[in-house]
Amino acid sequence: MNWLNSIAVIVVTFLAVFVEVAGDLPSRWLGVRIDLLPALVVYAGLHGGLVTLSLVTVLGGLWFDSFSANPLGISVLPLAAVGFLIEKKRDLIVHDEIWVQFLLGLAASLVVPLLTLVLLVNLGREPLVNWDFLRKWITMGLGGGIMTPVLFRVFYCWERTFAYPSVSESSFRPDRQIKRGPY
Amino acid sequence: MHRRPRFIAFLILALLVLGLLNLPSRTASQLKSALGIFFLPLFGFAQSAQNLGEKAGLNLVPRQTLLGRIAQLEKENQMLQMQAMQGTEALRENNQLRQWMGFQKQNPWRLKLARVIGRDPANWWRALTIDLGSREGIQPNATVITADGLVGRVASVGWQQSLVIAVGDPGCLVAAVVQETRDCGILEPAATSAADNSFVDLTHLSRGSTLKPGQKVFTSGLGGIFPKGIYAGEIVDSRMADFGLYNLARVKLAVNLSQLEAVWVLMP
Repeated sequence: MNWLNSIAVIVVTFLAVFVEVAGDLPSRWLGVRIDLLPALVVYAGLHGGLVTLSLVTVLGGLWFDSFSANPLGISVLPLAAVGFLIEKKRDLIVHDEIWVQFLLGLAASLVVPLLTLVLLVNLGREPLVNWDFLRKWITMGLGGGIMTPVLFRVFYCWERTFAYPSVSESSFRPDRQIKRGPY
Repeated sequence: MHRRPRFIAFLILALLVLGLLNLPSRTASQLKSALGIFFLPLFGFAQSAQNLGEKAGLNLVPRQTLLGRIAQLEKENQMLQMQAMQGTEALRENNQLRQWMGFQKQNPWRLKLARVIGRDPANWWRALTIDLGSREGIQPNATVITADGLVGRVASVGWQQSLVIAVGDPGCLVAAVVQETRDCGILEPAATSAADNSFVDLTHLSRGSTLKPGQKVFTSGLGGIFPKGIYAGEIVDSRMADFGLYNLARVKLAVNLSQLEAVWVLMP
C-alpha cells in the first residue's frame, strides 16, 4: 500500500465517522447506527502497514469518541485488537473473496462493540444494554459485514485509478526465438 | 523477531489509551471538542446542502398552499398571543402571591435555540451534539427542551458544540412527578426492551400510588438540575417492582428523540 492509499483510508475513516454522526438514514430504518470503523480496520489490517493500521485505529477511535458519551480513547483499543490480529494472520486469509470479506467484517463488527462494552463496564460506566441491544448488536454485525466488501471494492477501484498500471509482459521473447531455415 | 514492531505498536496504542482514559474530565472534554473541530466544515456543508434542498422544496410548493399556511399560522399566533397575555397575568399574580407567602420569585426561562448536528454514533448511549457551546454561554447540566417536552441535559461543553445526554440514558436520571397524583419518582432507562427507544421507567413511586395510563409526568425540580414543571411524557402502564417494594410506571416520552432537529437550551 502506497502513501496515497493510506491517505485514502484515513480520509474514508474521517468521512465514515461523519456519516455515522450526522447521517440518519440507516438508524431511522433499522433503529441502529452501523459502525464502519471495524470494516475499515479489516481493510487496513489486510492491505495496510502497521502505520496505516495504527492511524486508522487511533484517529477513527478518537473521532468516534469525540461525538459520543464514551470516555475519550475507549474505542481505540478494541479496534486495534481486531486490526492487529487480522494483520498478524493476513498471510493466511484469502482476502479477495467477497464472502471472506463479509465474514471478517461481520466478526469485527460484532467483536469491536462487545470489547468496547466490556471496557466501559470495567471503567464503571453503565451503558444502555438490555434485550433490545441483542437485536441492535446483530444488526450492527450484519451491517458491518455487508459494508466490508463494499469498502473493499471502493478501495480497489481507488487503487486501480491511481496506482501505476502494471506492465503487460508479452509471452514473446526475441532471445528465445527459434530461428529456422538455412543459416 | 518480525513480531516485535507489531507488539511495540500495540503497546504504544495501549499506553496512549491509558493516558487518555486517565485525563481529568475537563481536559478530556476539551480534547473531544478539539477533535470535533475537524468536522465543522463538513457539518457546515451538510447544513448548507439541507438549506438548499429546503429552499428548492419551498419553490415547488404552490402559492395557494403557502398563503393558506400563512393564514393558519397567523390565526395560531393570535391565539398564542392571547394565551401568553393570560399567562403573563397569571405569572404576575403568582409572583405577587409568592411575595406575600415569602417564597422565592420564579424567573422566566431564558432560552437559546440550538440545532442538532449529530447523534451519538455508539448504540449504547442516547446523546446528541448541538451547535452551541461555551462561546454562546452554554454551561454543563443546562436543561434541554423542545416545545413537546424534556430532551435532556448538557453533559459536556465545547467551544462551538455541546454534547447533550437525553432522557433514557443511564447518565440522565430525572426527578419527576405525576401531575394528577403528585407521586414523585425517578425517570430511568427502561428495564424492558423497547425497539423505538421512546419509553423510560418512572421508578421509586410509593406503593400506594394510584397510577393510570394517560397520567402526565413532569419534572419535579427535586434533583437540582432540571427546573420544575417541564413535561416529560405520559404513563403507559404500571406494576410493582423489586418484590413489591415500590411502584414502577412505564412512561412514553413526549419527545421523539430520533427525529429531533432543533432544541431549546435553558440558559442560567
